[in-house]
Amino acid sequence: MPAVSKGDGMRGLAVFISDIRNCKSKEAEVKRINKELANIRSKFKGDKALDGYSKKKYVCKLLFIFLLGHDIDFGHMEAVNLLSSNKYTEKQIGYLFISVLVNSNSDLISLINNGIKNDLASRNPTFMNLALHCIANVGSREMAEAFASQIPSILVAGDTMDSVKQSAALCLLRLNRTSPDLVPMGEWTARVVHLLNDQHLGVVTAATSLITTLAQKSPEDFRTSISLAVARLSRIVTSASIDLQDYTYYFVAAPWLSVKLLRLLQCYPPPEDAALRSRLTECLETILNKAQEPPKSKKVQHSNAKNAVLFEAIALIIHHDSEPTLLVRACNQLGQFLQHRETNLRYLALESMCTLASSEFSHEAVKTHIDTVINALKTERDVSVRQRAVDLLYAMCDRSNSKQIVAEMLSYLENADYSIREEIVLKVAILAEKYAVDYTWYVDTILNLIRIAGDHVSEEVWYRVIQIVINQDDVQGYAAKTVFEALQAPACHENLLKVGGYILGEFGNLIAGDPRSSPLVQFNLLHSKFHLCSVPTRALLLSAYIKFINLFPEVKPTIQDVLRSDSQLRNADVELQQRAIEYLRLSCIASTDILATVLEEMPPFPERESSILAKLKKKKGPGKVPDMDEARWNVNGNTEHSENTEPTNKAPSHPFTDLLNMNSSPAAGASLLVDVLSDLSSPAPAPTTGPGPTDVCEEHFSRFVCKNNGVIFENQLLQIGLKSEYRQNLGRIYVFYGNKTSSQFLSFSSSVTSSDTLKTQLNVHTMPVDPTVEGGAQLQQILNIECLSDFSDTPVLNVQFRYGGTLQNIAVKLPVMLNKFFQPTEMTSEDFFQRWKQLGVPQQEVQTIFKAQHPMDTDVTNAKILGFGVALLTGVDPNPANFVGAGVIHTKNTQVGCLLRLEPNPQAEMYRLTLRTSRESVSQRLCDLLSEQF
Amino acid sequence: MIGGLFIYNHKGEVLISRVYRDDIGRNAVDAFRVSVIHARHQVRSPVSNIARTSFFHVKRSNVWLAAATRQNVNACMVFEFLYKMCDVMTAYFGKISEENVKNNFVLIYELLDEILDFGYPQNSEPGALKTFITQQGVKSQSKEEQSQITSQVTGQIGWRREGIKYRRNELFLDVMESVNLLMSPQGQVLSAHVSGRVVMKSYLSGMPECKFGMNDKIVIDKQGKAGSNDDGAKSGKQSIAIDDCTFHQCVRLSKFDSERSISFIPPDGDYELMRYRTTKDIILPFRVIPLVREVGRTKLEVKVVIKSNFKASLLAQKIEVMIPTPLNTSGVQLICMKGKAKYKASENAIVWKVKRMAGMKESQISAEIELLPTNDKKKWARPPISMNFEVPFAPSGLKVRYLKVFEPKLNYSDHDVIKWVRYIGKSGIYETRC
Repeated sequence: MPAVSKGDGMRGLAVFISDIRNCKSKEAEVKRINKELANIRSKFKGDKALDGYSKKKYVCKLLFIFLLGHDIDFGHMEAVNLLSSNKYTEKQIGYLFISVLVNSNSDLISLINNGIKNDLASRNPTFMNLALHCIANVGSREMAEAFASQIPSILVAGDTMDSVKQSAALCLLRLNRTSPDLVPMGEWTARVVHLLNDQHLGVVTAATSLITTLAQKSPEDFRTSISLAVARLSRIVTSASIDLQDYTYYFVAAPWLSVKLLRLLQCYPPPEDAALRSRLTECLETILNKAQEPPKSKKVQHSNAKNAVLFEAIALIIHHDSEPTLLVRACNQLGQFLQHRETNLRYLALESMCTLASSEFSHEAVKTHIDTVINALKTERDVSVRQRAVDLLYAMCDRSNSKQIVAEMLSYLENADYSIREEIVLKVAILAEKYAVDYTWYVDTILNLIRIAGDHVSEEVWYRVIQIVINQDDVQGYAAKTVFEALQAPACHENLLKVGGYILGEFGNLIAGDPRSSPLVQFNLLHSKFHLCSVPTRALLLSAYIKFINLFPEVKPTIQDVLRSDSQLRNADVELQQRAIEYLRLSCIASTDILATVLEEMPPFPERESSILAKLKKKKGPGKVPDMDEARWNVNGNTEHSENTEPTNKAPSHPFTDLLNMNSSPAAGASLLVDVLSDLSSPAPAPTTGPGPTDVCEEHFSRFVCKNNGVIFENQLLQIGLKSEYRQNLGRIYVFYGNKTSSQFLSFSSSVTSSDTLKTQLNVHTMPVDPTVEGGAQLQQILNIECLSDFSDTPVLNVQFRYGGTLQNIAVKLPVMLNKFFQPTEMTSEDFFQRWKQLGVPQQEVQTIFKAQHPMDTDVTNAKILGFGVALLTGVDPNPANFVGAGVIHTKNTQVGCLLRLEPNPQAEMYRLTLRTSRESVSQRLCDLLSEQF
Repeated sequence: MIGGLFIYNHKGEVLISRVYRDDIGRNAVDAFRVSVIHARHQVRSPVSNIARTSFFHVKRSNVWLAAATRQNVNACMVFEFLYKMCDVMTAYFGKISEENVKNNFVLIYELLDEILDFGYPQNSEPGALKTFITQQGVKSQSKEEQSQITSQVTGQIGWRREGIKYRRNELFLDVMESVNLLMSPQGQVLSAHVSGRVVMKSYLSGMPECKFGMNDKIVIDKQGKAGSNDDGAKSGKQSIAIDDCTFHQCVRLSKFDSERSISFIPPDGDYELMRYRTTKDIILPFRVIPLVREVGRTKLEVKVVIKSNFKASLLAQKIEVMIPTPLNTSGVQLICMKGKAKYKASENAIVWKVKRMAGMKESQISAEIELLPTNDKKKWARPPISMNFEVPFAPSGLKVRYLKVFEPKLNYSDHDVIKWVRYIGKSGIYETRC
């Protein structure tokens, strides 16, 4: 800006402002302003034309009055007149007034636009700049309509001054933000990209901002910017700090430009050109190297600028997620910041590490910092940093360190801020469940959690612990003992009481042998807390009491007395009253047998996705969830976890790798049996989807690719039904043999045979069955399956029995396919395509084009893909007709990520199926399996 | 029960802070300043609730008086007390201003100790207070005087001490009224009322019993029924209907209720005997006839005529007419027959001042207002023309019929007392729409 000469200082304005500042009261100020406004009005009204100076002065005063909060309804015309002045200061004030005060005022906007147009067309760079600034400041639709087409040509014109180019780029950026539809994309875009090569760094900086925004809008148009950006970046990072003169900020070369370039590069995947890629890697390495150098200045600005560039570089490295060395280096760099004095740096380091932890290459490196992070959690003064530390701990947790991390989080929970407690509780609950190798540990952890932060434990958490205890026989006794002990504390949280009531009601008998926890003691313990808790808990406790009556007949009179008391029978709450009356009545009239039936132990809960995880996701809000679990676990198909899981698998006493253990006793049969029986008694619905029931097993077999239950074999004697469950690399098949005749089968036996190769890939363990099957009866057999590695063969089920003297031999292919060991994976579009590209090696992809065998119905196809075991990702593929899925195959040794894409072509009635997995054999097998289904 | 009383200057600085109860903390002082005095938007309500503390405030010139309490008090009581507090301070040191408050620090604290005890209002009669809270040094009072003060303060008649003696027994009575009016441009009265006060200054010896009579319609009607018929008809015209009235504490309310007679033992010195309000048969001293003509977009012609509507022998004084001008006025030309007129830009109004004006006269002003065309589509709201004046009669028509003084113990009779009666009528909000 040209210096304001002495004569240009507006004395009247200064006097007016000082008058206003000296006003004693609001009223005095209003009076002074009214007076001034009247004066200005009379001046503007005056017949003799005002000279530019006084016009500028009065417009300035009006602006000042407006900024004080008063309405200004005149003077616009004078301001517009100032635009046509030739003096910089007058023009400037005119533009200032317009940018501040203009609204979509129809009669003036054309005048203003005209003024701006004149200035844009003038050769004077300062005037052009003023006009561009005005457009950018106002940024209204009208302005965009009038100038959006003109500005790009100014921007790319060869003879435009640098400063004008800079303004034009920023102005265009602003218009693109306010009304993106009005900014035309055209041939100028290609030329804009070349501004990255401009000598003037200011222009480059402005252009980078513009290109970044535009590249997000249409990435393809600006793909060429990658190479230019990399070249520019490398020139900056390799330059000596003095080379860039004005653009060196406290010894850091052009920090803003570097940051912007790095941001721009984050819009794209890693460059494919090897040379470019190595050049970029070099740059990033240089930036990381520079971070190691001793600081050139003690000033905070120096370190801020340096760190800004560094963090942006790390963000880019994480975004690319392809260079292991860089990732590890970034991680180490961040590790240094973890102990930095600057709170902001610690925060940023923790935040970046969170994302690093989800990368397969750096996960291990992040884990080395666990002690520092835990220390940060304990000693950090700033709550937001502690929060980040919790996030990072959550992200870096895996089986090897879960115990430590959960313990630390629990101890932190005791003095954590109330605002983040609930989130920590959820995280602890999830980690404890996910990485539990030992149920006693899990139960201890959750009970501890309830004890420490009962108020923040949501329903889902304690539901979950009950579900798990009920589903796991071996932990029930321990759980009962632990809750009994926990309940003995003088003050315990209501949630603990709920868990305690439920578990003791179910499994109190398991600890009743100990005189210290005899039935009466248990009951008294629960009942001592009864009056302190809310209605829902009381209702739950009443149910526990009636369960006690069943478990321990000896406490029946005591409990009946309690139920009979007025405080229950006449309770004001209807629910409690009803329960008390019904339970009392039930206990009086029902025989022990009926009681035992009614109050039988709860059947196991059907397995479903942990609701806690869903809750955490919801809490974090969409998009913010670090999908690190899935991302890390799945699609890259890495093997670190399988290594970790191996030792635990080998321990025979704990043969589970997850809480959802499939190998334990077949107690769960009862409820499932009911399901299947109903299925069998009306076999009609099952075969409707396929061709009618025949003896050809293969057809049945292929139906089982996408479903788990149904009839696999049927002849006039025998019907074989299947119900199977799979979880990770484990499966369990319930085989139901139905005798369709009226006489019994004798010496019934069944076995599973596998080929030699298959034996090394798949473990099938058969439970022995009863040798006789009565006429019309059904026999159940359980097969436990463990997948060791990927396989393509199928095991065969051989059934032998004697019917009416003749030996019957039946062999059925067991529908155990590789896809049964799928775990679905949800991911975003970006993630998907990134993974897709990473699995780009030709061997990893299998593609097949086949003719549709069934009508092409979207819903049916959806159901089939879901049944196949992968997650169906909607909104990923640009073409909504295509089906996209992702999942991970769990085998004992490895996990194989798999992405599939099914493109239907309704005209030709053809499908194209593309599969990409990290293993060739898996791709082929899955493709074979799936292609037969449509 | 008032918890605390604070006085602030216009900047919100605390001049006086007196806390009576523990439930009001020091931070209450700041709370009021922050949320009321320095509030972003002007606080209009005189009662504000801030953090479960209620603040009642009145403003006198640039000084804020605020009473704070955390209890559920009678708001009217608190305001009455605040007004009394203002009266007391005015009686002691004149106008309430920052300067005066600063100069009378000690006195104000002394007064606050006396008139408010643990938050309960006490005797706030300036006359009585002046006997024992003085601005001079404490005179060595004899035992008798001290006991007299005690008996007076604690006795039945707290507002007057015994043993007052004057050589000349004099009595001044002022009837001060302010007349409020809102009139339509066509001359139709939209609302009008008079609020009046009877202010007395008495210099009487002993403990005299006074009786005040005026042309109250109820009293006159009663007498009219008792007396002859034609007499009643004659006086009926001159009686006025009082809508409501309040009295000084010295007036015996039981007597007023039963006989509607106002009898009292007056305090010594200045006091306000009664306040009243009338809404019927008001004599409007002036009539304002506005004439506004818009000539195009940039010009406005205004003509205002005022007519005095009272006896020609009386003179109205300090007449001031405020004619609002549009917000985009850029110039004004004025012609007036009488007095002086000026365009005041800071108030957005033309102010026309006439020193004196006799009854049954009229005068006019005409103005040409030039306007600046604006972008604003809003139409000018045309605020009403307001007027100020002072007239030497009571616009309500109130007449003092008698004021009798009886002092049985001392030897002076009603005739020996010199009585002065004065009527002053002022304008309140006296507006005419245009």
